[in-house]
Amino acid sequence: MPSSTISGRRAPVVLLAAGLLIGGIAGCGSSDTSSTTTPTASASTSASASTGVLGVRDPWVKAADKGMTAAFGTLVNTGDTDVTITAASTEVSPMELHEMTMKDGQMVMQAKQGGIVIKARSEHVLQPGGDHLMLMNLTRPVPAGDELTVTLTFADGRTQTFTAVAKPFTGAQESYAPGHGQPMPGTSATPTMTMSPAS
Amino acid sequence: MTDEPTRRPVGRRGLLTGAALTAGGALAGAAALTAARHDDQGVRGAEAVPVAQVGSAVEPFHGPRQAGVATEAQAHAAFVAFDLKPGVDRAGLGRMLRLLSDDAARLTQGRPALADTEPELGLLPARLTVTFGFGPGLYRAAGVDDRRPPSVADLPPLRIDRLQPRWSGGDLLLQICADDPLTVAHAQRVLIKDSRPFAAVRWVQQGFRRAAGAEPGRTQRNLFGQLDGTANPQPGSPLETAVWVPDGPAWLRDSSTLVVRRISMNLETWDLLGRADRELAVGRRLGTGAPLTGSAEHDEPDFAALGPDGLTVIPDFSHLTRAHVTDDRLRILRRAYNYDGVPAADGTADSGLIFAAYQADITRQFLPIQRRLAERDLLNEWTTPIGSAVFAVPPGCPEGGWVGQQLLG
Repeated sequence: MPSSTISGRRAPVVLLAAGLLIGGIAGCGSSDTSSTTTPTASASTSASASTGVLGVRDPWVKAADKGMTAAFGTLVNTGDTDVTITAASTEVSPMELHEMTMKDGQMVMQAKQGGIVIKARSEHVLQPGGDHLMLMNLTRPVPAGDELTVTLTFADGRTQTFTAVAKPFTGAQESYAPGHGQPMPGTSATPTMTMSPAS
Repeated sequence: MTDEPTRRPVGRRGLLTGAALTAGGALAGAAALTAARHDDQGVRGAEAVPVAQVGSAVEPFHGPRQAGVATEAQAHAAFVAFDLKPGVDRAGLGRMLRLLSDDAARLTQGRPALADTEPELGLLPARLTVTFGFGPGLYRAAGVDDRRPPSVADLPPLRIDRLQPRWSGGDLLLQICADDPLTVAHAQRVLIKDSRPFAAVRWVQQGFRRAAGAEPGRTQRNLFGQLDGTANPQPGSPLETAVWVPDGPAWLRDSSTLVVRRISMNLETWDLLGRADRELAVGRRLGTGAPLTGSAEHDEPDFAALGPDGLTVIPDFSHLTRAHVTDDRLRILRRAYNYDGVPAADGTADSGLIFAAYQADITRQFLPIQRRLAERDLLNEWTTPIGSAVFAVPPGCPEGGWVGQQLLG
């Protein structure tokens, strides 16, 4: 069977192009998150946002039984003006916007003052060790493969929902765990994440 | 090709007792190998990927049928079998298979998996395919045993079997193949990580064939030096007929079945055989793969032809005779990989074959061949099945879908 090829040099372009194909899927824009354990015919794990303020590429949430967890993804602003996320919400937990920062030689997590800003015509990556959407206290387990609907609220009052798939992930530790977590770009500190629960 | 015409070895009687030794075998072998290099008769029309593009070559993932079956076999493979954890039901399987399908869809196309912790390892697919197989236990766990293809059940015990649990069974199989071993390793790691909430690894079998581009279009060789897969159904109608289920409900149409047998090959006792006896055991020339009555690999064997001694040129006990079928409905697609473990301190090899056979129906196609081989294939003297597992190979999935959706969705 003949196979096609991709050029290694072109791969980043391919990645970007694939990521920008942000199609709506079943459940997008819906506020129903109660029956997420049943696989639906059209849902895939490449869940993404409805057409809205931002493109949301490859959203995912770290699967967890209880307590805290976090959601990640790449936010794409194709518009000509900056966009500010001021809040995030989901039915299964209170949420906060967090960032990781260096304090006294340690990476610590804290609320992101002023919200998360996505500059005009740019991308903002939410990832372990960086900015993320924190789920502060789960009211039910979020098992692997589950899908979670998250609503973003913007500074101008608009809202947008996206669906994140739950991935098994042992990084992105929410409490002090030497040797785990992600190193921060530009630092050589031992990659740890320290969480001071705000609630 | 100057391979000697049907030179008789010392004696078939001696061979049957497994005690024959012929002199000069090694010399003859060297001559045949040299000759084979200039013989293009065995080359089929497969398109070779230029070496510079091996890493970036892509096989499709989405489609009505799963990739990794009719796909020209890649150089490296990992067969990973899982046991489902207690309590994983139809909904749990759906969540698991959505995650694994998404991983496969991305990695096969040269994109890192979602939440990939080593995203750079996901950029060179090297014709990566991930093929899903469902064991009998998966149907039971999902409460859909009535949808299990009847032939997907443990094989009846065979006289030659020395099966070990560590290489047998499994509820779910992932056949991971690529032309690059690092790509296979990364895909295996990603898929195992995402399956961990649902399943435990039961066994892993890793194997190899010739490197990509080393021998394009040629039948692969096993570690006995034999060509392996000469009789495979050719692409087109023969392959269609042999491998794919043509109709039925959505979870059966465009499905297949897979038998994975781990065949230990005893290189120590094989070493005791001369070249001519080796060729009698398989019924083919080692150099060309031609039947002993022919001159090219794909020549039809003449089982009636008699030699000067009045015996058939191709012995009745040969592997070729016992495995031979002419009807495409009865053929199997051999997609085998070699394994070569760490030798023992005295040098004893741990080598063999991961025998992966695809067919539409195990009972109709695989079992009759296997029974004939178990009864009388002389190769049984040097080979021992030590693992066995059977799986349904469900249809493929469209973009946005997941493998198993027709069965479990």
